[in-house]
Amino acid sequence: MSVSNGRGRNMRRFVLSGSVLAGAAAAGIALAAAAQTKVESKPVKIGLVTFLSGAAAGPFGVPARNSAELLADAINAGKLPAPYAKPGLGGAPISLVLIDEAGNTTKQVSEYRDLVQRQNVDLVIGYVSSGDCLGIAPVAEELKKLTILFDCGTPRIFEDATYKYVFRTSAHAAMDNVGAALYVLDNKPDLKKVAGINQNYAWGQDSWNDFEASIKTLKPQVQVATSQMPTLGAGQYGAEISALLSASPDVVHSSLWGGDLEALVLQASPRGLFKKSTVVLTAGETAMFKLANQIPDGTIIGARGPHGVFAPDNELNRWFRRAFEERYAVPASYPTYHMAQAILGLKAAYEKAQAASGKAPTPEQVIAALEGLSFETPSGTVKMALGKGHQAVQGTAYGTFKLQNGKATLTNIRRYAPETVNPPEGVKTADWIKASLKRPGS
Amino acid sequence: MGEVLAVVIDGIVYSSWLFIIAVGLTLIYGVMKILNMAHGSLYALGAYAAASLGGRWLAGGHAPFGIYAILIAAALAVGVIAGPLIEKGLLQFMYGREEIVLVLATYALFLILEDAIKLVWGVDPYFVTEPYSLLGSVEIGGLSYPVYNGVLLLFSIFVGVLLAWALGWTRQGKMLLAVIHDREISAALGLNVRRVYLVTFTLGTTLAAIGGALTSPTIAVAPGIGVQVIVLAFAVVVIGGLGSFAGAALGSLIVGMVRSGAVHYLPEVELFSIYLAMAVVLIVRPKGLFGGPEPRRI
Repeated sequence: MSVSNGRGRNMRRFVLSGSVLAGAAAAGIALAAAAQTKVESKPVKIGLVTFLSGAAAGPFGVPARNSAELLADAINAGKLPAPYAKPGLGGAPISLVLIDEAGNTTKQVSEYRDLVQRQNVDLVIGYVSSGDCLGIAPVAEELKKLTILFDCGTPRIFEDATYKYVFRTSAHAAMDNVGAALYVLDNKPDLKKVAGINQNYAWGQDSWNDFEASIKTLKPQVQVATSQMPTLGAGQYGAEISALLSASPDVVHSSLWGGDLEALVLQASPRGLFKKSTVVLTAGETAMFKLANQIPDGTIIGARGPHGVFAPDNELNRWFRRAFEERYAVPASYPTYHMAQAILGLKAAYEKAQAASGKAPTPEQVIAALEGLSFETPSGTVKMALGKGHQAVQGTAYGTFKLQNGKATLTNIRRYAPETVNPPEGVKTADWIKASLKRPGS
Repeated sequence: MGEVLAVVIDGIVYSSWLFIIAVGLTLIYGVMKILNMAHGSLYALGAYAAASLGGRWLAGGHAPFGIYAILIAAALAVGVIAGPLIEKGLLQFMYGREEIVLVLATYALFLILEDAIKLVWGVDPYFVTEPYSLLGSVEIGGLSYPVYNGVLLLFSIFVGVLLAWALGWTRQGKMLLAVIHDREISAALGLNVRRVYLVTFTLGTTLAAIGGALTSPTIAVAPGIGVQVIVLAFAVVVIGGLGSFAGAALGSLIVGMVRSGAVHYLPEVELFSIYLAMAVVLIVRPKGLFGGPEPRRI
């Protein structure tokens, strides 16, 4: 009980409490630091849904998956040119969960629920089939999960409903068929008869209806000779080709894709259909290289937008085409560009939201950033200008096929500005085509 | 008049294609009472084998006209290998069970084969168009038709006549007909029913593969080509009567003509026309056109 004891006890207490405090502070800093690095490097889990089997795998699903994997690897390594040079999504690496889109819409809805609720993905990118898109969009709203539709064509998604969580980063199919009509009339101003051969489901029917309506609005005297609607996957078009040959149209419109398109070319070409009429293949770009020796010169080819051979000569496109061809040994076709737009749009939105908030953005912040966003892609600038900022708008291009030195090329390329081939906000495609469609410059 | 001619020609060409595909299915059902859902996959296998072998043949610089023999050889190889493999490896364990079990088994087989094809050949399309283009075209009634379709027509008539002769005039064929008529009595009379099953299934598989091989020059051989074919083959076989060989011929002709007429005159209903024909036939004759009366077994 000397003075030293008392002071000693206080001293010990002081030292004890001081070290506890210091220890707590140190632990706290360490935890905060760990939490900080954890937030920074926590990967963004993306559910990727596209056709990995079945007829749509070859032309669409597998190229799209390849594009996604190429971009995910390049983004994680920080190898993209500006403005996407920052590694990851604002530093967070991308990790992909692949799901096969094959099977009907009911199956896809349960796969989607599994992705969101059991696999806990941060967002979903996917869907080539218009039927799947129409089925998934309401489920995405219900589960409140950011979902980016990257390829499906139906205009109906944002014309028939409003969504907060659903986006589509590529322009819809109205553009393909309005663009086809404009190109056809630019090249054949005294067009008299048209005909069509399209697959008998939503895609084929919508494509033909939009093309027919566009032609009728722009040149009402044009006659429709016949509209053939074979089953999806039919593969044997002998009778349809005979009917088209008998009808002798000036132009034949076709939105056929994949094996059906290739079968049509193989069966129609030797019978002279492509010589007798000018055939427009709105999705022809995917088959252009494989069938280079069978597609006759003069066939009009589309790529559902300024993609593939229509893409502008910017640094992103140069990098993309070179990297894709190096890794997969085939040229990058339009589904790869659609996927690139989805991923790059996501990255642009993510980093915009991150810049605004100063840390890893919440899904709500990413959504707010993506709405109405304008971002750069290998196909040029994409603007989320329709569907209240959720539907992308682009221009389109069409060209005429010509085999030069054994290589498939397109000549007489015409580009159409976005406003001339897309309806304005709030107007349905069908109404717009009937009422306000005009040739640019008239 | 020109239009009618085109309808008839297109109808006959399509019917001949359908016949080659459907006759194998009806044969298998008639003898084994198995609705072979994997028929379309075997068609696809035949097409892929023909495309691969044909491609190799041409790349090896051999005589282009030999390719027709290669197509048939590829189909025979597929039939002779896959048929016994499936019959001995899967189906023989299911005889005597309810028909629905066998249907499920063949459906599972179809799914497996579709994926197996994708594993072996990938998702990109294969082309072997030389047989189609080598023979050129001929003009009939103002429209040009490929000579290859005529070859297909002749081949299907040949197959039809051959099968009719084999079934009606050879001992093996008569044994097959006996088993079609009544399996139990045939076994009681000493026929080796199991062997008849093996032969029939192999024959049916080979016919499906031949259908695929002969179609391959006219299409892109890609995943999914077998799916639509199953639907068409079923429609033909149901119209003609399950198990009836003459029914397959008549059914093909009806479906081919109806579809051709629809395409030329009313294309909007083409999708539905085949099923309309099927419905009309089934209303009038519920067992199909040549489906014989079935005695009630006690």
